[in-house]
Amino acid sequence: MTQNLVIIGAGMATGRALEHLLDAEPDAYNVTLFNAEPRGNYNRIMLSPVLSGDKAYDEIVTHTAEWYDENGVTCRFGEKVAGIDRTAKTVTAANGDVVPYDKLLLGTGSNPFMIPLPGHDLEGVIAYRDLEDTERMMTMVEGQKVVVIGGGLLGLEAAAGMAARGVDVTVVHLMGHLMERQLDEAAGYLLRKALIDKGITVKCSANSKEILGKDGHVTGLLLEDGTELPCDLLVMAVGIRPNTALAAEAGLAVGKGIHVDDQMVTSDADILAVGECVEHNGALFGLVAPLYEQAKVVAQTLLGQEAAFVQKEVSTKLKVTGCDLFSAGDFADGPGREDIVFRDPARGVYKRLVLEENRVKGAVFYGDTADSNWFFGLIKDGTDVAEMRETLIFGPAFQGGTPLDPMAAVAALPDDAEICGCNGISKGTIVAAIQDGATDLAAVRTVTKASGSCGTCTGLVEQVLGATLGDDFVIPAAQSMCGCTDLAHEEVRRLIKSKGLKSMPAVWQELGWKTTCGCHVCRPALNFYLLADWPVEYQDDPQSRFINERKHANIQKDGTFSVVPRIWGGITNPDELRAIADAADKYHVPTVKFTGGQRIDLLGVKGEDLPHIWADLNKAGLVSGHAYSKGLRTVKTCVGTDHCRFGTQDSTGLGIRLEKMLWGSWTPHKLKLAVSGCPRNCAEATCKDIGVVCVDSGYQVSIGGAAGMDVKETELLCQVATEDETMEVVAAVTQLYRENAKYLDRIYKWMNKVGLDWIKDQIDDPDTRRALADRFELSQSIYRKDPWAEHARDKAETYQPLANLTLEAAE
Amino acid sequence: MTNWIDIGALEDVPARGARMIKTAFGCVAVFRTGDDQVFALDNACPHKAGPLAEGIVHGTKVTCPLHNWVISLETGQAQGADEGVVNTYPARIEEGRILLDAACLMRRAA
Ligand code: SRM
Ligand SMILES: Cc1cc2nc3c(=O)[nH]c(=O)nc-3n(C[C@H](O)[C@H](O)[C@H](O)COP(=O)(O)OP(=O)(O)OC[C@H]3O[C@@H](n4cnc5c(N)ncnc54)[C@H](O)[C@@H]3O)c2cc1C
Ligand code: SF4
Ligand code: FES
Repeated sequence: MTQNLVIIGAGMATGRALEHLLDAEPDAYNVTLFNAEPRGNYNRIMLSPVLSGDKAYDEIVTHTAEWYDENGVTCRFGEKVAGIDRTAKTVTAANGDVVPYDKLLLGTGSNPFMIPLPGHDLEGVIAYRDLEDTERMMTMVEGQKVVVIGGGLLGLEAAAGMAARGVDVTVVHLMGHLMERQLDEAAGYLLRKALIDKGITVKCSANSKEILGKDGHVTGLLLEDGTELPCDLLVMAVGIRPNTALAAEAGLAVGKGIHVDDQMVTSDADILAVGECVEHNGALFGLVAPLYEQAKVVAQTLLGQEAAFVQKEVSTKLKVTGCDLFSAGDFADGPGREDIVFRDPARGVYKRLVLEENRVKGAVFYGDTADSNWFFGLIKDGTDVAEMRETLIFGPAFQGGTPLDPMAAVAALPDDAEICGCNGISKGTIVAAIQDGATDLAAVRTVTKASGSCGTCTGLVEQVLGATLGDDFVIPAAQSMCGCTDLAHEEVRRLIKSKGLKSMPAVWQELGWKTTCGCHVCRPALNFYLLADWPVEYQDDPQSRFINERKHANIQKDGTFSVVPRIWGGITNPDELRAIADAADKYHVPTVKFTGGQRIDLLGVKGEDLPHIWADLNKAGLVSGHAYSKGLRTVKTCVGTDHCRFGTQDSTGLGIRLEKMLWGSWTPHKLKLAVSGCPRNCAEATCKDIGVVCVDSGYQVSIGGAAGMDVKETELLCQVATEDETMEVVAAVTQLYRENAKYLDRIYKWMNKVGLDWIKDQIDDPDTRRALADRFELSQSIYRKDPWAEHARDKAETYQPLANLTLEAAE
Repeated sequence: MTNWIDIGALEDVPARGARMIKTAFGCVAVFRTGDDQVFALDNACPHKAGPLAEGIVHGTKVTCPLHNWVISLETGQAQGADEGVVNTYPARIEEGRILLDAACLMRRAA
């Protein structure tokens, strides 16, 4: 007698298994197929094209009613199996029917995970798994708003599908970049850019707090940071969990999924399982390729043939039109790994291969995935690539090798990109001038004025010449920033502005960085350029800062730190001094020293004590003195009119005002100021980066002094009549320095490059001066704060060892 | 014999960053790269014992905070013209937790 096979779940895995079974031995079993969804097997992965309107549901049906009929499969669609009785060998349908089996095949798939946020059970909060979800999303029309939580494969397909219908979609993603499991930052950045081009709003590093509703229906999403995103539908696509409830109730061995052996048999010899619901050797599955392998094996097992399922590498592609991306293999974990990176900013291409012992272990491609199958083959086969290593990244067709184009970034600039900031000259204007016969730098300068002022864009103008004239123009070699790029600091700065690059991965990609994530030379510089140019949009990256600026203290040769509280204008009082003395006692500070900057240094503090000593000092009103920063250090003052018989103005008061305005700001190199009450200059203002000397008629502001490795006397920038004007001039010149100087150039070095006259021109023009001061103030609205208080409050934990194993080891 | 011990969550170490752990035989720096690999090395530069956990992490290297020697996280070797090597210890990630091989950590005492 023919045996009874009952299958639970008409999904992609069981569908494929059924095909193998019927192909091999059509009469081996009497098949009964249950499915909770009111339909048979369809190609679930094509739901996204259905959503976007590129396909109709009919086109993605795998098995039609006729097919089931012809193959004698008893279909019980729309019926959920409620229980399994392993002793009686029966299953019970939702309506109470009891169906006997000889063999049972579980293919229950998985359940979408719903984050239990307040409001997750409101109407209009859905997952993305089946046709019902898809149809629900298809009811959204132009002008309606949808929020998608989850920037992985599914979430992005849902977002793109709805955006294609004109729906206003926002993707909220917890991690720093999209699809972080499959992509690295650079590819994630390109993907985000492509989605934004499709009109999708993308919020990364965004933590959801609560789903808002009215009358039982969703109305919006509230983020941790207080942002409210109104919506008519909320789609959660944050992951799946194997659907194991039925198997667990029946007493089968279940871990994260239903345990199966290499033959796809569960802990019960008559029950097999296949698809996303299983766990094989500790692994779970979420893509169809391995499920199809399992389907083959399970069919063979059911037919009594020898077969074994072997796990293989998987690859991912995103089915969103216009976003060509591919990732495969493994690019994490394990020593001995090496990267090969290729970027073509002009075409928006990023390719990265991870190699280990001359074999390709992982690959991420964006923008050009034509050769992805070839690379996937190399990964799966473990091919030795030693021979083709040099040209590997260019793909299979490549022989010989074209060198990377150093001008790609400039060539890719649109015509309206600004090249010369001083004179507002765009690339198009320069190209036009070149085409009209200005074929060298001097000629371009004469015709367009580009690079004729501060001169920092000279390198870029030369590159435009090179890109326009080809071999007829030889670009003089500029000193590149570091080994990661051929571009010089000034060029990078200008390109960050003209291309609107607002993140580190954006710079690496668009400017063709040769490494995955920069190095200790370029990263601190880029971090400064980005925060100086985009104070509001860019988030400071502590990991790109030298330890002193990351931990807000100066590291000492023995790994301890020094702590220098701010003493505004050099003025203190007994309470502050007492607090400093108490802290020195409490934390056993070995050395207490007066610095050359009119304040007190507590030297030799243990790293672990930093947040505590800061909290204590904070209580007395003391804040960080930034003695460690490429930023404002001190404003030295003399006693001025308050006490001195020669004082002409309130030098102490002005110094304190200046310090309160400038503190917390980041600058290309350290910034030191002083204010002296008269030309006797007791505060040594004429050897500071910015010095103010008070005179009877007002204030002389001079810049470009130094007394370190080079000793420089300041040069007069301007003389103004009032304290307020002094404040504005100082803010403006500081901002001009922040916006234009190369990282690690003190003011005097920058001044040598751009010329004091150019700086004077900017500051003398009242509109430019005010605009500069305003931009400085905008930046300060974010950076004028005490990092010590912040770290003592929010980050104290990170100053402690991650673990203490001293006890463990002693055992 | 390996004896993997859980020393903390991956997310407790910033990407392109490091944290230090204390052992009876000295401090060990645990690094996390930009693409989430983890490495463990003695927290002392071969140059003048600079605390490597405080350095800048780039690719699979760290730059010492004291005098900018660049050390490979994979081999512990100083890069470029500098010569020296730091002890490395097996480290791996399992379900978001960082595991170190305790047996190996102890062995260095001997
Ligand atoms: C504490 C102090 C010495 C003192 O005991 O007085 C000091 C200590 C350091 N100085 Fe200084 N400088 C100190 C005043 C000065 C002065 C005098 C001044 O500011 O009036 C100068 C010359 C003036 C100038 O800057 O032009 C000075 C010129 C330097 C230089 C050379 C800078 C240059 O451009 O040539 C460096 C190296 C650097 O910054 O790259 C430096 C670097 C350092 C560092 C931060 C070295 C480092 O990177 O670790 C020292 C930190 C020691 C520590 O562990 O705390 N220090 N240093 C002074 C702190 C002032 C303050 O209250 O913040
Ligand atoms: C929108 C979308 C896009 C995707 N894109 C891709 C892609 O591009 N590439 C890729 O490889 N993968 C993709 N996937 C994943 C792929 O679809 C799944 O891996 C695959 O469908 C899983 O197959 P399965 O047979 O294990 O489960 P399913 O196809 O989910 O089938 C399980 C079936 O079992 C039924 N069931 C559950 N419990 C019971 C019960 N008690 N009684 C009766 N019936 C029950 C369910 O209703 C369901 O119909 C995508 C998934 C979605 C949702
Ligand atoms: S020299 Fe001038 S500023 Fe200095 S203390 Fe004397 S009067 Fe005051
Ligand atoms: S101690 Fe590390 S470089 Fe000197």
